[in-house]
Amino acid sequence: MLNETSQLLSDTVEKIFSDHVTKKCIINSEKGEWPKSLWTEVVDNGLNLVLVPEELGGVGGTWFDAGILFKAIGKYQAPIPLAENIVAGYLLSLGGISLPEKSIVTILGGELTLKDNKISGISKRTPFGSSATHAVAIINDKSSPKVILTTIPQDSLSDDKNLALESRSSIEFFDHAVMNYSDIIFTSEYIFKIGALMRSCQIAGGLESLLVQSVRYANERVQFGRPIAKFQAIQQQLAVLATHVAASGVAADYAAMSMDDGCEDLAIASAKSRVDDAVSICASIAHQVHGAIGFTYEHGLHFSTRRLWSWRAEYGSGSFWAKSLGEKAVASGSKNFWSSITSGKL
Amino acid sequence: MNTPFNFHLTKFSNEAEILRSEVREFLIDALKDVPKETRAETWYGADENFSRKVGKKGWIGLNWPKEFGGAGRSSMERYVILEEMLTAGAPVGAHWISDRQSGPLIIRYGTEKHQKELLPGILKGESYFCIGMSEPDSGSDLAAIRTKAEKNNNIYVVNGTKLWTSGAHRCQYMIALFRTSQEDDRHAGFSQFIVDLSLPGVTIRPIIDLAGRHHFNEVIFEDVEVPADMLIGEEGNGWNQVTAELALERSGPERYLSSYILLQELVNEFSKRNDGEGVTEIGRQMAHLTTLRQMSVSVAGMLDEGANPALEASVVKDLGAVFEQELPNIAHRLMGLEPDSNGSDFQRYLAILTQISPSFSLRGGTREILRGIIARGLGLR
Repeated sequence: MLNETSQLLSDTVEKIFSDHVTKKCIINSEKGEWPKSLWTEVVDNGLNLVLVPEELGGVGGTWFDAGILFKAIGKYQAPIPLAENIVAGYLLSLGGISLPEKSIVTILGGELTLKDNKISGISKRTPFGSSATHAVAIINDKSSPKVILTTIPQDSLSDDKNLALESRSSIEFFDHAVMNYSDIIFTSEYIFKIGALMRSCQIAGGLESLLVQSVRYANERVQFGRPIAKFQAIQQQLAVLATHVAASGVAADYAAMSMDDGCEDLAIASAKSRVDDAVSICASIAHQVHGAIGFTYEHGLHFSTRRLWSWRAEYGSGSFWAKSLGEKAVASGSKNFWSSITSGKL
Repeated sequence: MNTPFNFHLTKFSNEAEILRSEVREFLIDALKDVPKETRAETWYGADENFSRKVGKKGWIGLNWPKEFGGAGRSSMERYVILEEMLTAGAPVGAHWISDRQSGPLIIRYGTEKHQKELLPGILKGESYFCIGMSEPDSGSDLAAIRTKAEKNNNIYVVNGTKLWTSGAHRCQYMIALFRTSQEDDRHAGFSQFIVDLSLPGVTIRPIIDLAGRHHFNEVIFEDVEVPADMLIGEEGNGWNQVTAELALERSGPERYLSSYILLQELVNEFSKRNDGEGVTEIGRQMAHLTTLRQMSVSVAGMLDEGANPALEASVVKDLGAVFEQELPNIAHRLMGLEPDSNGSDFQRYLAILTQISPSFSLRGGTREILRGIIARGLGLR
């Protein structure tokens, strides 16, 4: 059962997204329009602050709570950088820095350097870069890794899109003064790992929506005089889809919970690998069950599938993480294999 | 609309983790003379000596209430014992069924006489039970069974045949589903009985499987006189009793760990070579294993809370069977070695698991039946 905070967050995000993330909202976002009222609701309810401690004005929630929100983004295809803002808030809080008022924050990747309070380097495929006001990064500085908060130099941003037409910008920093920075214990690989957790949860949510849409469609669509849901061929396919949706949800929850336990490497790598396998199977079944209508822009099944196809490649594909798991397993040897599964530690 | 299943993650208690260390310690010694093939068979492998040792440790009936001689511990703790034994390749087959479902059934539906007479033998690891459900004309369609038990004063006279009865040749008892009356509702008129297999008129014939092993049996009943007080539960309620039993049968670690040894052996093989593709595949299977384990453990947690996770159990069993059936093929693809019962350890594991893997999606409910249950849960039928 969910605890009180988790239940409240879950109810709140479901309410906001079911009211605001309409088909029209997603289509307008794909055309480049910022979903202002949706974002305002999200921020007014403090959903972006779920991982910020209470003493810094946040919710003080757990990664499991954050996972609930990440999954909801996927389930409703919410076209906003909520996951990125949650993680940005968390990273800044590690350095005791607060999120700026009215900010829309993204997370930078790539090789960045910090010198005299100024950063340089290129962050490619920056999520929602075109809408963001600020960005957070971890710089692997020689003395100690540092979390930095910066504005975005709009004149050196070139926007691109992923398959779901979400902004993925290339941002070049050249001696750009940062707003704030602080020493932290994690290096930039930490962002990559958290990114994999974030996308795994979003994918698990997106897969849930494939199941819900496919079941609904199969019960409505009549062929040969009855709903296609009545055909065993369809039932068996949807049952397979359901098993992978269930597995993905568990893999994502386990990863989020392991973050809270401070022992997340195996669980996050497993999650990204597991949900990536699920995307291949589930997207194929969902489209097959929907037939030709699911292949149209008009229908909207693709709002889920195009996201899933993009997200599974971000922050390391399933194979990338599977390889990292396999390498650690063979390095520690077959004698330790089972105990690494039971302890969740490699 | 939301998805119909509910997998809440459950963590093992400290007590459970302490128990895990104890089980690991115990198995080092208890398994030192167990041959490789038997290890690969896990719960198909049976060794009465081993079962008695497990009984002596108090690890059979671990989650049964104390008043019935159990240890009164949780399903989660029992789960630890099961997964440790399966991954170590312990020959748990003799007591497996009685611990998993016959004992719990006797506790739930049995009379005081059943409980007093039958439970102590199970707990000691000396008394073994088999399941009498399938028949020649009744596989997935369980309601088609025809074996009849006709009441005659203090006895029921049983005639018919049970088929695919695992381990009947080494069991003292069968818990059998018989037809006690003919009703309009095809799920009505069944009753469960505890049948002493040494009764006159019971014939047990081996059925040799494709790997040449004797595991299955055909059990023939010819005018077998079963005492009326060996009916368990309510006359006519057999269908409901059996359905409840199946939830216990479908979610355990035995539903995804059958081929575990191959994955562990692949880790061993690839620690000696530099092969990125093989290592990636191993990692991918680890991800599946890790996830299945969390799902299966979650069902054990739900059982402790008194929930009925029948749908979740079907999900675990279906995914688990796909996983354990894929491993022999993956091992073949990565290693390219011939499965050989006289070859290296790896080849011997591969030989047995390649051959028995078709049964993984047949036993305890076929893939198609499980997916039918899931489809019903989704509201498709």
